[in-house]
Amino acid sequence: MEMSLTLLALALIAISGVPGLMARRRDSWGQSIATILTVSGSVMGLVGGFVALVTGRVSMARLPGIWPGLPLHLRMDSLTAFFTVLIFLMAAAGSVYGHGYWRQAKHPTTGRKLRFLYGLLIASMVVVTLAYDALAFLLAWEIMALTSYFLIATEDHKPECRQAAWVYFVATHIGTLALFAMFALLHDASGTFLLLPIPVAAGLGIETAIFLLALIGFGLKAGIMPLHFWLPGAHANAPSHISALLSGVLIKIGIYGLLRILTLLPNPPAVWGVLILMLGTANALLGVMFALGQHDIKRLLAYHSIENIGIILMGLGLALIGLAAHRPVWVVLGIAGCLLHVWNHGLFKSLLFFSAGSVVHATDTRDIDSFGGLAKRMPWSAGLFMIGAIAICGLPPLNGFISELLVYLGLIRPAANVAAGGWAAVALGAGALTVVGALAVACFVKVFGAVFLGVGRTDVTAKAHESPMSMIGPMTVLAGVCALIGIAPIVVVLPLGHAAAAWTGDAAVPRRLAAALHWETLTIISTSFAAALVILMFAVRATRRHAMVPRVPTWACGYARPSSRMQYTAASFAQLLVGLLRWVLCPVTHGKEPWQLFAPSVQRHTDVPDFITDRVGFKAWNQFKRWLMPVRRVQQGSVQEYLLYMLLALFLLLGSLIPIESIFMHVMGR
Amino acid sequence: MFYNVINPLIHLGLLVAMPPLLPGVINKTKAFVAGRKGPPLLQPYFDIYKLLRKDMVISSATTWIFQAAPVVTLAATLLAGLLVPFGPFAAPIHFTGDLILFVYLFGLARFFTTSAALDTGSSFEGMGAAREVTFACLSEAAVLLGLLVLVRLSGSFSLTPMLLAPLAHPPEAPVLLAAAGLFIVLLSENCRIPVDDPNTHLELTMIHEVMVLDHSGPLLGLINYGSAMKLFVLSALVLHLLVPFHIGMPVADWVLFLVEMIAMAGVIGMVESFMARLQMRHVPTLLAAASLLCGFGFVLMVR
Repeated sequence: MEMSLTLLALALIAISGVPGLMARRRDSWGQSIATILTVSGSVMGLVGGFVALVTGRVSMARLPGIWPGLPLHLRMDSLTAFFTVLIFLMAAAGSVYGHGYWRQAKHPTTGRKLRFLYGLLIASMVVVTLAYDALAFLLAWEIMALTSYFLIATEDHKPECRQAAWVYFVATHIGTLALFAMFALLHDASGTFLLLPIPVAAGLGIETAIFLLALIGFGLKAGIMPLHFWLPGAHANAPSHISALLSGVLIKIGIYGLLRILTLLPNPPAVWGVLILMLGTANALLGVMFALGQHDIKRLLAYHSIENIGIILMGLGLALIGLAAHRPVWVVLGIAGCLLHVWNHGLFKSLLFFSAGSVVHATDTRDIDSFGGLAKRMPWSAGLFMIGAIAICGLPPLNGFISELLVYLGLIRPAANVAAGGWAAVALGAGALTVVGALAVACFVKVFGAVFLGVGRTDVTAKAHESPMSMIGPMTVLAGVCALIGIAPIVVVLPLGHAAAAWTGDAAVPRRLAAALHWETLTIISTSFAAALVILMFAVRATRRHAMVPRVPTWACGYARPSSRMQYTAASFAQLLVGLLRWVLCPVTHGKEPWQLFAPSVQRHTDVPDFITDRVGFKAWNQFKRWLMPVRRVQQGSVQEYLLYMLLALFLLLGSLIPIESIFMHVMGR
Repeated sequence: MFYNVINPLIHLGLLVAMPPLLPGVINKTKAFVAGRKGPPLLQPYFDIYKLLRKDMVISSATTWIFQAAPVVTLAATLLAGLLVPFGPFAAPIHFTGDLILFVYLFGLARFFTTSAALDTGSSFEGMGAAREVTFACLSEAAVLLGLLVLVRLSGSFSLTPMLLAPLAHPPEAPVLLAAAGLFIVLLSENCRIPVDDPNTHLELTMIHEVMVLDHSGPLLGLINYGSAMKLFVLSALVLHLLVPFHIGMPVADWVLFLVEMIAMAGVIGMVESFMARLQMRHVPTLLAAASLLCGFGFVLMVR
């Protein structure tokens, strides 16, 4: 049942944008149809996914493929369902949000194509998670890559959008190449294109090769540093609901791929786990550090995606170490933390991108230092952004805390066990995670404070307005789910247990997960703490309303005329930390320092360029282009030449059919 | 059985009633060393009572965050206080992983305190908030690494068994290192000398005091009460490492706990009397040293 529901949902969403293609530019009915189809499809998909998750059943399907005799095999287990649930929820939220954010009437040229590609992207992501053979996987993977490329390039009249999309295109195809090689090796080892575990006899060498290729191929999609170079640009330049989908869901498909391939490799050695744990730690630390230095609100959120992928990888690395060291509790805590953080990051990062989009929608700029005081004009967006910020910092009582708690507990568990020997060093990862948490708080206080609090810094804030209900609604739903997982973590034990069991292949996992943490105690404490906070906040509001509280300007130490320009900016807020971390971030300052006694007006600003994209990537790219210059001679852009090439290719192909050998033999024999 | 009911109540009672006494003791100690008479021991109570009855003035730039922050901070600190065992008695709330909740509750408090500071739109308060979030990155790591030492020693993941586990006599080097690191964090998190000076109002050199410049009346009262409670909770935590002795009789142990807490405040007062405040740019070095002490303590035990 769950498989047919998912397939039906898939079909509905895939065609959701098609009717709209026939609409006229200014007509909005296409948009309404797309939204209705996507939402109803998503509801079906969610039901199917939850049924699979709660029962832990496995279902299979065979679809006629694109070629006779090559059917596509699909399989849905709890691990797949865990990801399809996330995809369908985000599909619905993004579609409704897009209804207000990217209205057809306002974007007549791009709206139709965007919705068509949106449906295809969602459907292809679902097929990737369902795929049970290499053909289905790669086919869906490629559709996913192409549709997301066109979605990033939605505003292709802007050069920076074209460039970001182009970088993504290159990145995703390097990844696909690695995946082709990986599936070829898998076929060699297991003798089938179905995704079946390879026999132990295949040897560690081929296993390691498959693992490393998967790490590169899926790492490029997941944005694992240093393969993250496409990510900040793409997230910043896509429309906000697409950014939310990229960050919340698409990069998780990379994690899904890695998880799925790992289930096929028997007995992973401990060194893989150590590698993933170290990669994860580095990602988490570097992601949040680079986020601190950003001035573009969406770029900043993009770097936080890298940070959270790092936390997800830390959980996965710990689980792999646990498998190698035969410590089932480490495995359970690690993989549960990893998977739950996949959900959580999808939820709060989409929420943050939606609310950032709401700000961009209202002000037409992404520069953090031109905002200020928006909480007064956009109270809903501000409150919802705050919930997302608290959740992403992993603070109680929201969902980020629960998944980070699982990862933390997993990381410190080796420290408590004296028999575990040197594995206790894994606990230093928990120390790193604390630093990540504290830096994330610094970064989100910076954004929240600079964008929503204080006084408006430029004119753009004066004309800001609250977003329509179609945008606030999905944000509220996402915030509600964040709060639900946070205050009642007991609700995730069952689905999480089944998904983790599907990954480890160990039926005892759900029981171990339920015993690993006092879920009931945690639920009671979280619920009562959250209730206390809400009651106290309302109490403060109530007392404020009754008392006549005089309102005066902020005290500026006796200075009589404070202005909005005297506020601390986001850049000055982060300056202390960026200064402390300058050996990592290498910030670049433009402009002269004001040095005279009566200084003339000078302009100065500091950037933190990306260490791959800006420092290495473009240089390498240009060098590469120079080397390939000679090849350009064959591609001049004239149709006649291309026709000639095709003719030549045809001749060559036909020529290969001539049985030269037998003719030769014939002649020689004669 | 009787004590199972009464101990949590005493715990809660002390947590709510005792915190303002500590700053009183600190001030009295400082006055004594300086040869002054000093304010009455209970002056912090009078101050909070006075502030709670006063009217307030609020900046026109602020939103509801500004008013919610002191309340959220106090609630988070109170919950953190319920996780730490006082003396030899189990904390009212303990579960696997509560040490992470303990560390992150202070993170939640910091999120709101610093947001409220930015809400005023004042550069002074922005400055204080920037310093607070920067220094917290180092001190939070120190707290977690210090707790890891105890996780290693006790083999458990909850503050109550961790802190109540019997320590060796004389204390081992890792515990001493962790205690030193945590004591530094105690001073910095509660804005004491040598990191911050709670007495001056020189905005450019302060962290905590400068963040609350615009709060007044009941809100300021709540903030003062909340910071006294934070001092109380962190002191109770560090006490377990510094003086791990218990008598074994509940009543005597509660009295001992009270005496120890007051002595702790006295020690803080002495530190404040005999040290100068560090330059702001040296503070990260001190906190990094605290993290290293705790981290080194942990590494010593991993063989």
